[in-house]
Amino acid sequence: MGKPTGFIEWPRELPPKRDKASRVADFKEFILPLGREQAKHQAGRCMDCGVPTCHAGCPLGNVIPDFNDHVFHGRWRAAYAALARTNHFPEFTGRLCPAPCEAACVLAIDGAAVTIEQLEKEIIERAFAEGWVTPMAPMAATGKRVAVVGSGPAGLAAAAELNRLGHQVTVLEKAERLGGLLRYGIPDFKMEKSVIDRRLAVLQAEGVEFQTGVEVGTAQAWQALRGDHDAVLVAIGARRPRALTVPGAELSGVLQAMTFLEDANRHGALSVEGKRVVILGGGDTGSDCLGTSLRQQAKSVLQVELLPAPPNQRASANPWPEWPVVFRTSSSQEEGGARQFGLMTTRLEGVDGRLVALHTVEVDSQLREVPGTAARLEVDVLLLAMGFVGPEAQPLVEAFGVELDVRGNLKADRRFATSVPGLYCAGDAMRGASLIVWAIADGRDAGRAIDLALRRASNPNG
Amino acid sequence: MAYRSDPRPPGRHGLYDPATERDSCGIGFVAHLRGEKSRAIVEQALEVLHRMRHRAATGADPLTGDGAGIQVQIAHRFFKREGLRLGFEMPRRRCYGVGQVFLPNDPYARAECERIFAEVIHANGQQLLGWRDVPVDVSHLGPLARSVMPVMRQVYIGRKRVVPSAFERKLFIIRKLTENRIRESGIDPDGRFNVVSLSAETIVYKGLLLPSQLPRFYLDLNDVDFVSAIAVVHSRFSTNTFPTWDLAQPFRFIAHNGEINTVQGNRNAMAARRSLLQSAKFGGSLDRLHPIIVPGKSDSAQFDNMLELLVLGGRSLPHAMMMMIPEAWDGNAQLDDARRAFYEYTSSLMEPWDGPAAITFTDGHLVGATLDRNGLRPARYVVTEDDRVILASEAGVIDVLPQQVRRKGRLQPGKMFLVDTTEGRILEDEAVKQDIVARWPYRKWLQHNVFTFAELADAAPPRVTAGEDLARLQRAFGYTDEDLRLLLEPMATTGKEATGSMGNDAPLAVLSDQAPPLFDYFHQLFAQVTNPAIDPIRESLVMSLATALGPDGNTFEETPEQCHQLTLPGPILNNRELARIMAMADRGNFEPKVLSLLYAPTSSDSLHLAIEQLCDKAVAAVDSGNDILVLSDRGVDARHAAIPALLAVSAVNGRLVRDGIRRHTGLVVETAEAREVHHFALLIGYGAAAVNPWLALDSVHGLHAKADEQYVHAINEGLLKVMSKMGISTVQSYRGAQIFEAVGLNRALIEAHFAGTPSRIEGVGLVELGQEVVERHERGFGRVSPLELEVPFIGGKYQWRRQAETHKWNPATIAALQHASRSNDSKVFAKYEALADDESEALCTLRSLLEFDPARAAVSLDEVEPARELVKRFVTGAMSFGSISAEAHETLAIAMNRIGGRSNSGEGGEEPRRFVKDANGDLRRSAIKQVASARFGVTTEYLVNAAELQIKVAQGAKPGEGGQLPGHKVDERIAKVRWSTPGVTLISPPPHHDIYSIEDLAQLIYDLQSVNPTARVSVKLVSEVGVGTVAAGVAKAGAGGVTVSGFEGGTGASPLSSIKHAGLPWELGLAEAQQVLVQNGLRDRLRLQVDGGLRTSRDVMIAALLGAEEFGVASAALVVEGCVMLRKCHLNTCSVGIATQDQKLREKFTGQADHVVNFFFLIAEALRTRMATLGFRTLDEAIGRVEALRQREAVGHWKAKLLDLSAVLAVPNAPANAPRRCDVFQRKDLTDHLDHTLMRLTAATLDGGAGVSLQLPVTNAHRAVGTMLSGEIVRRHGAGGLPDDSIRVKFQGGAGQSFGAFLTRGLTFELEGEANDYAGKGLSGGQIIVRPPSTSRFVPEDNVIVGNTVLYGATAGEAFFSGLAGERFAVRNSGAKTVVEGVGDHCCEYMTGGVVVVLGPTGRNFAAGMSGGTAYVFDRPRTFRQHCNLDMVELESLVDESEMWLVYGLIERHLQHTRSPLARRILDNWEHLVGHFVKVMPTDYKRVLQARRATLKPRPSPPRLRAVGTGDR
Repeated sequence: MGKPTGFIEWPRELPPKRDKASRVADFKEFILPLGREQAKHQAGRCMDCGVPTCHAGCPLGNVIPDFNDHVFHGRWRAAYAALARTNHFPEFTGRLCPAPCEAACVLAIDGAAVTIEQLEKEIIERAFAEGWVTPMAPMAATGKRVAVVGSGPAGLAAAAELNRLGHQVTVLEKAERLGGLLRYGIPDFKMEKSVIDRRLAVLQAEGVEFQTGVEVGTAQAWQALRGDHDAVLVAIGARRPRALTVPGAELSGVLQAMTFLEDANRHGALSVEGKRVVILGGGDTGSDCLGTSLRQQAKSVLQVELLPAPPNQRASANPWPEWPVVFRTSSSQEEGGARQFGLMTTRLEGVDGRLVALHTVEVDSQLREVPGTAARLEVDVLLLAMGFVGPEAQPLVEAFGVELDVRGNLKADRRFATSVPGLYCAGDAMRGASLIVWAIADGRDAGRAIDLALRRASNPNG
Repeated sequence: MAYRSDPRPPGRHGLYDPATERDSCGIGFVAHLRGEKSRAIVEQALEVLHRMRHRAATGADPLTGDGAGIQVQIAHRFFKREGLRLGFEMPRRRCYGVGQVFLPNDPYARAECERIFAEVIHANGQQLLGWRDVPVDVSHLGPLARSVMPVMRQVYIGRKRVVPSAFERKLFIIRKLTENRIRESGIDPDGRFNVVSLSAETIVYKGLLLPSQLPRFYLDLNDVDFVSAIAVVHSRFSTNTFPTWDLAQPFRFIAHNGEINTVQGNRNAMAARRSLLQSAKFGGSLDRLHPIIVPGKSDSAQFDNMLELLVLGGRSLPHAMMMMIPEAWDGNAQLDDARRAFYEYTSSLMEPWDGPAAITFTDGHLVGATLDRNGLRPARYVVTEDDRVILASEAGVIDVLPQQVRRKGRLQPGKMFLVDTTEGRILEDEAVKQDIVARWPYRKWLQHNVFTFAELADAAPPRVTAGEDLARLQRAFGYTDEDLRLLLEPMATTGKEATGSMGNDAPLAVLSDQAPPLFDYFHQLFAQVTNPAIDPIRESLVMSLATALGPDGNTFEETPEQCHQLTLPGPILNNRELARIMAMADRGNFEPKVLSLLYAPTSSDSLHLAIEQLCDKAVAAVDSGNDILVLSDRGVDARHAAIPALLAVSAVNGRLVRDGIRRHTGLVVETAEAREVHHFALLIGYGAAAVNPWLALDSVHGLHAKADEQYVHAINEGLLKVMSKMGISTVQSYRGAQIFEAVGLNRALIEAHFAGTPSRIEGVGLVELGQEVVERHERGFGRVSPLELEVPFIGGKYQWRRQAETHKWNPATIAALQHASRSNDSKVFAKYEALADDESEALCTLRSLLEFDPARAAVSLDEVEPARELVKRFVTGAMSFGSISAEAHETLAIAMNRIGGRSNSGEGGEEPRRFVKDANGDLRRSAIKQVASARFGVTTEYLVNAAELQIKVAQGAKPGEGGQLPGHKVDERIAKVRWSTPGVTLISPPPHHDIYSIEDLAQLIYDLQSVNPTARVSVKLVSEVGVGTVAAGVAKAGAGGVTVSGFEGGTGASPLSSIKHAGLPWELGLAEAQQVLVQNGLRDRLRLQVDGGLRTSRDVMIAALLGAEEFGVASAALVVEGCVMLRKCHLNTCSVGIATQDQKLREKFTGQADHVVNFFFLIAEALRTRMATLGFRTLDEAIGRVEALRQREAVGHWKAKLLDLSAVLAVPNAPANAPRRCDVFQRKDLTDHLDHTLMRLTAATLDGGAGVSLQLPVTNAHRAVGTMLSGEIVRRHGAGGLPDDSIRVKFQGGAGQSFGAFLTRGLTFELEGEANDYAGKGLSGGQIIVRPPSTSRFVPEDNVIVGNTVLYGATAGEAFFSGLAGERFAVRNSGAKTVVEGVGDHCCEYMTGGVVVVLGPTGRNFAAGMSGGTAYVFDRPRTFRQHCNLDMVELESLVDESEMWLVYGLIERHLQHTRSPLARRILDNWEHLVGHFVKVMPTDYKRVLQARRATLKPRPSPPRLRAVGTGDR
């Protein structure tokens, strides 16, 4: 372990950030690296617990105490190897993960978890800087062909794993560039595109075949794909947004958050510069919209959350090591804009088909209207960041009659197999919109499951 | 009371195995120095026996003893008279032998036995004179004894055509052949036939009798003609619960008090050297006499078999004793070289029979006694003016007038005492042994034939494996990151084994899916109760790792070539050392040969075939003269895996033993697999002489400049610990001793390759083990990426890892339990139980393989007894204040007191403020007060403030081991409650120094019951094979409860290998204890408690059905208090404020008594639901109803499905109405206690009246005198007792054991006479004076006045002894002041406080582990330094004025109290002699005292002048 008394001696310290004024002036990342000594101390705070709850809290099962120990002792290469064992893309999770591991850290019982996520980022950045992240030769080729549909985190992780295990993998992506949500959903200030490209280059060099601009959109296309491969993994995400069902939702000026963010990521034309922006939805996507709006120099930004503000402390029904439902301020929120909780939209008001105002009413925790609180809010752009409801599964149903679960996601068993032989599913398409870290974990595990199934098929006694 | 209806001796049933039986006892002899035969000798011997009746035991039937017997010379006049009466023609004295024979009751079988006997006599050319019925009176016998009583007859055999000296041998051959023929004939299936003795010299009368019954039963013993000059007696106390007539002692040559720990190894070794055993005296090979050592008999019986063989083979009785019980010679520089040479030479002929032993022996002319190297049993003797010699386990067993005493003494460790009645002289140790060791030039023989390692030429070791090769091999041999990081690295960098905490919650190997190494299927056994563990650090003088390699000699011969051996530096070889041995090949001295363990695992049969081939090759190699075999697993690659090293060693060893050629060669293992201590212990325990862990060494290469050396050192230390856990001192006797239990290996595998190892629930065989070899192999050579190879394989055995081993405590269970107990929400609790019980995916415990009988009729939930009753059955674990914080400790106590359960103080005392209630009515007192080996804070006050007194014999985390609380953790508060000094390290010894044997335990129970007559006295044991028989012994010793702990539990800090590899699951131990207790009709008298990993109501229900009536919960209770299983308890950095004394961290403690109460109620409510479903209205109805359990059938797990739990679920072999639970509250019987008289006589003083002075006679049957009175005083008047000297009692006689134990302030005991063991134990402020009677004629300072282990754990008070004391004087003294005139070995061991003044000689190992207090030794001969263990103390001269006054004052008081002439001489010449005093000062203690003095002293005021000079005003 690090140092037995490390957690007593050194307080939790987060990495420095660029100051707010400068960071909203561009789209560059703003979280800076930790100093060497600082990283060592932060890693040294890890108690190497007998039952590391962090490790349970991490969907990938990262063996966090192991790499913390390596970092503390300056064994960066070993830290990288230990991290890479469970996590294909630490550079993504090290930037984007909400870090359920830290919530579950034993030191989080009274508040000061080990800065696990930052250490993860430090390790992988060091690894890239040192040139340790090199293409790895796959194991002996199996001659099996696997198609992965979707190049988001789940698809990429599965592709990497399957390729490593010796299968011939083709990734199909409908967009013109690879990365899915990573590229089009995440603003640059959280993760610059070069980070994705850097990883894609490695995957390509390892032999993963990528095809972009290929949409498997019809039943026939799916069937053909299945016919050409030993297995097909569906990793198409859960991109169907939850709709706003109040009068006026069709007005121009009302945008889905993903549309807005994608456009921003393509440096498109939908700038909110000088506009009054309201964002419906208090989650991460909403925050991304907020940060992007601020950078586009909106006139004002208001983020609205339907539910009341959560408590500052954990509720007793929400004990450690569960994810704490508490009042948080995201990095975008700390940059500016306003927030409002417990506010429900009743209708949208437009002029000439164009949104001009939002009519709202306050609600309590049971979403009951509070009488006498109706209000009108003038607005130019309304961004809908109210979550997602499931994958675009219709063609699959048509093609194979694949089973869906009650929420409309593809139904898969513990081995990621759908009801259709040879058809697998991973990530949001299976579990509904979730964290990137879950997508990577699913992709990796699905890759292994497919590998096992393929090997069993060719050697039933093996 | 129910007796077993079946009078046959029991065989295996359920988990009970007769091989686990042990016995211990009282022994003694009376002899006439010049061989004058008389009735008096016989009568006095019977009196000795009677006086030691408290050392014997009875079982369920109070009239049936465990056994008693007497051995005497053949009284010619008596036997001649009887012979003539029966019409035999009687020859002269010594021309005939008399056999005492037990015969079957069935007349036909009896006749057949007699016929065979006659035939054999005739065939051997001797004359059968006739048979005599032994007259017996059965009217006094208990029903049980009567039900198994054989027929007693004596056979008279006339000598024909053999010289008198060969006649005994002839009789031996007749006996062996008769026994073998009768066994083979099958006419005596119950084994009733037994030749008790058959000799022309001596005869034995013995039986399943109480000491007092012996002379009443055997009428011969009362006959006027029945005379003898020698009489040896024995009274038996067996843990073994099915006593039989033939196991009573004496045997043919010996009577034994103690236990032979190594008996299995000794027996194996004798079997292994079968082809080597040749003796011209028996006409060449001994094959027709096999088995020479009869298996299935007690350890003592087997010892007797071996001794008999050696003696009849031509060695003298003392010589044979020296071979079998050598003293500690290795490393004892003070021993005469000739003697060392003798022992060294002998070690190549046979290995020591190791264990606590006081043995008396006689051949009819010589009578003597010897003590084991540790001196673990007492033996006191007295020589009288009328030439009688009386030796016994206790002093005072015969009343001898003081003026009649010529000399009194005691046997010292490893020493012998011999009376030659023919020559009429007493031979002391020196004289006996001098004769024997001078018979041959042993040193010269050794010099010519023994090669020492240092003489070997140097050789280059193989290249160090590194990089990818290393990584692949590590993985292929199953190394994980934990092996490297937690085990190897600490050993290589610090030379010590690493420590862990909080027990083991991972699966048994047979349930694990992680392809655990074969080693993990074996569990280490350990000593509990029947023999003590040893402290390998503080008592290293008895330990030895000396190892030799090469063929063994013929045990019977004494020629120079017999010791042709290579001595090694130790059992662990580094790579260079092995290379040097291999390089001997062409030198002509030894012929080593390498046998490869590699094989290609291509089919499920591969492993099996590979082993067969290996064994064949081994046999061939031995046949072609290779005297060193090296089994090597070097060379593993992508295609080749290796046979598991343990399997290979045991298979080869077993095969060579079976072929009778094992001792022609030495076995060395060159293995990558062995890495931790447990592995080495196993390899050696199954026959390897030396192990070279090449891959482990390559793995630590470069971690430290001396990584190799440190690693080997750590392993060696660990080995000593594993051996000492079992009470075994030498690696030579550990080798091949198989002191392990296997869990989950099938019978075929055990019989083929691990014969003799207990394995009770079936399991995997070679096919599955082969599969696991492949699985491990693939980790290294299968599909693994280069980056993955850079980090080791994930372990997860010690720390939870999602990818690896299951753990019962995991994030989900911990979180759910905390949530449930804090919210008191039964739904959340149900979720917790589901998580904790669920083993559908991965198995973890044996109980997961059980299920409840679904066919039972349910009852309604409201008929089931309420939760508030059930919670009273819960107890929390024994965790000391010190190991956990005061907050955590007291929270548990409050909670348990609220619900009527019991919390346990643990081993660390308790602050008296906790004995009074808080304002709100809460009580912080622990209901159970633990009495552990260190006796920290065990004062009279502590003991009276308890509902239960628990003797901790072993603890789940580290059975058989001691502990250490480092000085930096001993703060002011802890020091106070433990009666020690802050900052000074505290050591807990591995054994209780007052329990070396079962009768000692009975004595401690008696002591504790005396001090607190209302308390329940219980004993805590740990699950292992044989725990059932120990539990039965505990019941017979008079305890009211027994706890069986599983190895899962255990919260204490402990070496990682002990946490994982010692002890067994509670399911096995509990079921065994229950079965054995029920079968013996002992179950109803004690409460059976279980702990060690109970977490849910399902666990509790199963435990109840298996027989438990109380349930201990430790880890779960801590989790409720906030513990999150950091497993860092030993580091004092507990981040939740539980296992820490750090003030800041303790502030983080958030546990609440309410949560603990919630938890126990939640579990009780869930238990009620289960009871209702099973149809039990009360828990009492459920206890022991094992019928309600069955083994789950639909277990698909590939290994688990091979297990067979029917032994666990066996219904006890007892009548249906035999009690299966406790229904009487057994308290130790105190009716004979002398204190009843004392209390009557001091009643007025106790009520606050004036002081009183009394005079009383006392005998050795009066034990714990003053203890009950002390308890009463403290109960009434508090810890302060009465004013000094309020009650003064003058006793006369020889007082029994524990004289003045726990004597409290206000009591002064003067004893004129002598005292036995444990005088002044736990002295708590009283005063003890022991001096010889004024009429005695001997010189006091030359005579033994008190026994062993005096003032053990004393906390305050004074004691003066005018004479010598035995071994272990003032061990763990923490406050008493005492003067004594000489002591035995290990004086002041582990002492932490107080003052000891020794005015005379000391034994060895003085001050070992002494961390506090001071001792002053009057060292006139200037030899003390050699006797002192200087590891922790410094020797100084007595110069400090105040100290001189202290010593002077104590001696002055000694003189005043005892009138000691020695004291007078010293005081008279004080100026002259003060220079001879040596002060023994613990280094640690000195440092702390100095530091304290520095802070106490007023700061020296700054010198004024300097202030002026610097202008600073």
